[in-house]
Amino acid sequence: MELTTIWFLLVAVLFTGYFILEGFDFGVGMLLPVLGRDDRQRRVLINTIGPVWDGNEVWLITAGGAMFAAFPEWYATLFSGFYLPLLLILLALIARGVAFEYRHKRPEASWKRRWDHAIFWGSAIPALLWGVAFANIFRGVPLDADHEYVGGLIDLLHPYALLGGLTTLGLFLTHGAVFLALKTTGDIRHRAGTLAVRLGLGTAVVAVAFLTWTLTIRSNPAAVVLAAGAALALIGALAAARVRREGWAFTGTALAIALAVATLFTALFPNVMPSTLDPAGTLTATNAASTPYTLKIMTWVAVIFTPIVLAYQGWTYWVFRKRIGVQNIPQH
Amino acid sequence: MDALDVARWQFGVTTVYHFLFVPLTIGLSVLVAILQTRWHRTGDEKYLKLTKFYGKLFLINFAMGVVTGIVQEFQFGMNWSDYSRFVGDIFGAPLAIEALVAFFLESTFIGLWIFGWDRLPKRLHLASIWAAAIGTNLSAYFILAANSFMQNPVGYRFNPDTGRAELTDFVAVLTNKVALITFPHTLAGAFLVAGSLVTTVGLWHLMRHRTSPDTDAYRYATRFGAWVVLISSTLVLLTGDIQGKIMTQVQPMKMAAAEGLYTTESPASFSVLTIGSLDGSREVFALKIPYLLSYLGTGDPNGTVHGINDLQAQYASQYGPGSYTPIIPVTYWSFRFMIGFGLAAAAIALLILWTQRKGRTPTNRWLLRAGLIMPALPLLANSFGWIFTEMGRQPWIVFGEMLTRDGVSRSVSLTEVLTSFTAFTLIYAVLAVIEFKLLIRYARAGVPDVTPTPDDTDDAERPLAFAY
Repeated sequence: MELTTIWFLLVAVLFTGYFILEGFDFGVGMLLPVLGRDDRQRRVLINTIGPVWDGNEVWLITAGGAMFAAFPEWYATLFSGFYLPLLLILLALIARGVAFEYRHKRPEASWKRRWDHAIFWGSAIPALLWGVAFANIFRGVPLDADHEYVGGLIDLLHPYALLGGLTTLGLFLTHGAVFLALKTTGDIRHRAGTLAVRLGLGTAVVAVAFLTWTLTIRSNPAAVVLAAGAALALIGALAAARVRREGWAFTGTALAIALAVATLFTALFPNVMPSTLDPAGTLTATNAASTPYTLKIMTWVAVIFTPIVLAYQGWTYWVFRKRIGVQNIPQH
Repeated sequence: MDALDVARWQFGVTTVYHFLFVPLTIGLSVLVAILQTRWHRTGDEKYLKLTKFYGKLFLINFAMGVVTGIVQEFQFGMNWSDYSRFVGDIFGAPLAIEALVAFFLESTFIGLWIFGWDRLPKRLHLASIWAAAIGTNLSAYFILAANSFMQNPVGYRFNPDTGRAELTDFVAVLTNKVALITFPHTLAGAFLVAGSLVTTVGLWHLMRHRTSPDTDAYRYATRFGAWVVLISSTLVLLTGDIQGKIMTQVQPMKMAAAEGLYTTESPASFSVLTIGSLDGSREVFALKIPYLLSYLGTGDPNGTVHGINDLQAQYASQYGPGSYTPIIPVTYWSFRFMIGFGLAAAAIALLILWTQRKGRTPTNRWLLRAGLIMPALPLLANSFGWIFTEMGRQPWIVFGEMLTRDGVSRSVSLTEVLTSFTAFTLIYAVLAVIEFKLLIRYARAGVPDVTPTPDDTDDAERPLAFAY
């Protein structure tokens, strides 16, 4: 396999990992005002992701870094082109990260309420905008022959892109609800499970519409299979959530997210960012790539360190595998 | 004002701001790990109290370092896309490795440490803070290797076909002599900040609670922090000296700009302070130490140090017409502030240790006041150091290869970059106030009670040892 293909795959895998892991973080954040009826309940929700959210966010930093190292043109065009949406994502991630850490640092209800807003919006904005961004990457944007983005903000708000945003929003909400059902006890667990099914049904409709639209833009047999797999996984997850098989439900939503992202990347390949103007402006895994020498070094680094990272991150989830409930929240 | 100026201001503001938190994370992670190791070894409760106390301050600061760091990762692509295209083949690799090798280690194990007090065996819990500390310190290496490429590009060739710089020797990039010396200099600067914070907070409590059960803990913290400050300031000086010599070789203009040295001199004297215009045309007062600049720059008291005018003429003939001179007052004064603030912190630490000799407790109010401003001093020194080294690189974004003005994103409008600059500045300002107040609040609260609560509930009912 060509090195550029390997790195296309690796970038796809990193973003997939990011969406699966931070996807449920975002979901938990958005469900904070819905499932957390009082302060103790809200603390239960936040503490389900407390030990892991930071490590999950590093998937994004690594995906960005890998994109920079392996496909500098892609990194440069994407982030300068999607300037304002990315700015919003960054501001949201800043507010949200600090909110987790600071929310419980003062006793006043007003203090906590403010950070709860930060957590909610800091989760909802990226959950929506990542979908908008990836739908745009897939559909293509106005790039000139120098691969410079020449559109405006409005070009990124195409109905297809907005549907993509609703899809990630819905998927992350469902994924988060399923995660909470898996990680909590008592009343919260019950309500999260019920909510997961309801959210999931709405999400399934949106996601199927989005994936169908996706396959009409560009497609190949593998992408069709993956899209069908994503839909099936989501439906399976809902069925499992309905009968309170939370482990299976979580596997299902994680798989649905992975397969949906895989659908986009598979149908996109070998392009990484098509131009809607000049075909010469289209960025591909070849013309956006670094030199074979750089890719070879990075491949070795990835081969050695990725399994190590997966091992210790997996172990973290094992350490914090226990469900928590309001009885586990300390008084102070 | 155009998009380029605003993009530069934004990079400056967000980077200096990010680096207010990073040094504390780098230094304090290790100091907390040392305190916990002492507890592990001795079983003395005082160390556990200090671990938890400084650990809390560490975490308040840590969050800010993390979230402001995400901006740094994406800012190259957002605002400096032509730079990213030009150097991506070289510059992206250390950034990606930093994330994969260092940030994962840091973030995952910090989570294990925060929440793992009752979930992990003691030894593994101790190992977690060390793993996080190693990850943090390692991350500094990769980002400094990337930055050093901008100061002294090595291990690459310019490819005229692709119009970009391409990697030819990755080991050369990682062993860039600028990186090898900047790394210890930056780490020592970070420990200077962390040591100062430990000292200040310890001293404040020590002078308030002369006879409390925790006096001994605060006394230990004050001395521990002060020693860290003294050792790290010595290392800052030693590494800074070597750095100056390397800088004179690879970026002679930066050395000349640090000194406001307009004409080549051999031997060259070091200007401690100049009042008047820096080009010597209107010198009101100047304090100079003969031979010192020659020694600092070349290691030889009679060595030649090139002046700004000669270097400007040389670069103009080498790279074409244009100005190759940084803004001299900025480099001249930031260089002096860096050294001055760093030395001031070391002096206060020395004073604090002296007043505590043979187990005495310091009583002087002025000492306490000096002690309270102490953490600000190395923070300022670090900030001015970075302002010096980055402003001294101008007008280059990659020395000798690409001008800063050619690296900016062409597709980002003035309105967009003004929006982001305003948004980042506002949110950063608000968060700075919040963070500072929280640090004060938790520093005032003092060491926690660590008496274990009777464990009569079963595991499913037991409260978490730590919860957000």
